[in-house]
Amino acid sequence: MATNTSEQSAVPIWRDERYLEIIAQAVVVLGIVALFWWLIHNLLTGLESLGTPLSFRFLGQTSQFDIGETSLEYSRNSSYSRALLVGLVNTLRVSLIGIVFATLLGLIVGVARLSSNWLVSRLAAVYVELLRNIPLLVFLIFLSSTVFHKLPKVQEAAHLGNWAFLTNRGIYIAWFDPAASYTVYRWVLMVAALAAVVVAALLIRKGKRTGRMPLYWLWAFVIFVVVTGLGWFLMPTPPLTVNIPSLQGRNFRGGISLTPEFMAIFSGLVIYTAAFIAEVVRAGIQAVSKGQREAASALGLSGFMTLRLIIFPQALRVIIPPLTSQYLNLTKNSSLAVAVGYPDLFSVGGTIVNQSGRAVEVILITMAVYLSFSLLTSLFMNWYNRRTQLVER
Amino acid sequence: MSRKLIVLFAVLIVSVLVISACASAAPAPAEQKASEPAQSTTQSTLDVVKARGKLICGSNQAVPGFGFLQTDGSFAGFDIDFCKALSAAIFGDPSKVEYRPLSAKQRFTALQAGEIDVLIRNTTWTLTRDTELGANFAPTTFYDGQGITVRRDSGVNTLEDLAGASICVASGTTTELNLADQMASRGIAYTPVVFETADETTSAYLDGRCDAYTTDKSGLVARMSLFPNPQDHKILEETLSKEPLGPVVRQGDDQWFDVVKWTVFATFTGEEMGITSQNVDDAKANAKDPNVRKLLGLEGDMGQKLGLSNDWAYNIIKMVGNYAEIYNRNLGPDTVFNLARGLNASWVDGGLLYAPPIR
Ligand SMILES: N[C@@H](CCC(=O)N[C@@H](CS)C(=O)NCC(=O)O)C(=O)O
Repeated sequence: MATNTSEQSAVPIWRDERYLEIIAQAVVVLGIVALFWWLIHNLLTGLESLGTPLSFRFLGQTSQFDIGETSLEYSRNSSYSRALLVGLVNTLRVSLIGIVFATLLGLIVGVARLSSNWLVSRLAAVYVELLRNIPLLVFLIFLSSTVFHKLPKVQEAAHLGNWAFLTNRGIYIAWFDPAASYTVYRWVLMVAALAAVVVAALLIRKGKRTGRMPLYWLWAFVIFVVVTGLGWFLMPTPPLTVNIPSLQGRNFRGGISLTPEFMAIFSGLVIYTAAFIAEVVRAGIQAVSKGQREAASALGLSGFMTLRLIIFPQALRVIIPPLTSQYLNLTKNSSLAVAVGYPDLFSVGGTIVNQSGRAVEVILITMAVYLSFSLLTSLFMNWYNRRTQLVER
Repeated sequence: MSRKLIVLFAVLIVSVLVISACASAAPAPAEQKASEPAQSTTQSTLDVVKARGKLICGSNQAVPGFGFLQTDGSFAGFDIDFCKALSAAIFGDPSKVEYRPLSAKQRFTALQAGEIDVLIRNTTWTLTRDTELGANFAPTTFYDGQGITVRRDSGVNTLEDLAGASICVASGTTTELNLADQMASRGIAYTPVVFETADETTSAYLDGRCDAYTTDKSGLVARMSLFPNPQDHKILEETLSKEPLGPVVRQGDDQWFDVVKWTVFATFTGEEMGITSQNVDDAKANAKDPNVRKLLGLEGDMGQKLGLSNDWAYNIIKMVGNYAEIYNRNLGPDTVFNLARGLNASWVDGGLLYAPPIR
């Protein structure tokens, strides 16, 4: 018997690495599970003993407070959940527009940084170094209190004719209001869009066949303008009227407006994130081997064409993963809006915590929302990343 | 292979046993808590404060006259003096206080989480806060109402004149809610611009971002004293709400609640009886009136009933003063605020301050 065992395993179980590995893994997993279980248990019993067990029923109660900036219908009679939704839409608004503009600005600065023009590349470098080394919160407060709040007062608004007004209560720009005939004109717009798409598709097909790509986007644009223009004159009354902002009482009314709070958080996020994106873009471009550039110029491609056709498609592969994390940063940083008075999700959530006392619940919801934003952004960017990756043969 | 599995299984079983053992041990105190709420068997705040050797007082840092962080780093104001009175009652020393400056939005979370022992920070007593926010309100120390500040040259005299205006307000306040209520009930359209702290709110107003700034009238007076040109601004006549301000404690600790309540009552009683920090020693030496003798700890063991020493009220009055002294020191005629007592007079003088008998 004894010899038999020692033949099967020379070392005892507790010194056998194969077993020890499993044991170690099991212990770690259990440790993590236990930790979370303990934390959650602690939270729940803690809340219980405070007399406020975890419950999301408060979401249905009326909020009783107003929100300055809403894209949805909202009043003090709306529920807390509606208030959170308003905050969420405000967060989405500033994040999405912010991502678009930060990408554009970052791209320009990143390319500028590699420019052979000394002044341009130095300026871009100063921009990047300056912005990357200032805490975002400080920058936001600076923008809000020394830029946007110091714009001219309403009575002394800076203006471009009657079309645009710049004040410390916001920017007001003339905009279109749909008139009665707009309901019909909507169809004209749709037909025009459809026509433009069809024409573009046909042209692209032709281009692929003949090997010479026509300026399909130009044609599509022309078609769209012609159809909508014709439609406009065929209408009995103009389908859109221009809404010109004017000073009525204490504030401007009419047109579209952007509040200083929105502009502060928006421009802050864009300018700040663009500095990081610029570095990502620069790294991406520099990662493309010099041979590619040389080959392109040997083929007689212009500088811009080299960038567009040769460098960028290859650089994108390097750019997208770090770009994704910049997008995530921008979205998460938008929660600093509370510091400049923009009613984003976090800010509205804070107010709700205070008025309802439901701190844990609101924080859980807020975390879940940011987490889903981030995961969705990552999913999308990963999908895009896979599309741009080199197909290995 | 099967031996590997057996080992794994054994490890799991053992760990599950260990964990569930912890688990059945852990909730026990919580269950106890739930079955005996508000008993002093759970850790009493008074004991914690005494053991710590100092009181942690949630306070304001931005409202001069009430709670203000001065340039020398010390706190001063009406609310701050009540923190000191509490410290005098507990320790016989008004300086054993650590002040935790809190914004309006942070204060209840700080109280719930046990970061502070008491919140004395121009906080309005409302039903929701008393119930859902898990707070208990000690007697009101300052009866206030919400007001609105506008620029003198704005031509605004009533709330109705503010139609279409932007109004700056601090978030997490009753002020924010009252404003929405009042404007909705009068059908006045306006844009709230909400900031987190009083500093942000007033600087936005001063920059012209808003036509008006609203908070408790006491807060308006206090904040206006910090404006570069206070005479260019005025407070509208209208009062939008009732704002009874007073100290707040967590629910579930009756003894501590009592200590805070009676500390406030002691300052009221001192004024009623005409006992001040100046004459309190005299009164203690010669007191014949049984009520005075009870207040000053000469008979009746009033302090002990609260879990304090019997000279608790003597210490409050001697070291911090009675209500009138506290009021005048911070808000009275000799200060820049010069706020009339109004509702905040003792009931003897036709005001609302009334203390139950100390007996
Ligand atoms: N009494 C009201 C409002 C009290 C309040 O917090 N007022 C503001 C505006 S004066 C304030 O004191 N802020 C000081 C700060 O944010 O530091 C309440 O309890 O909600």
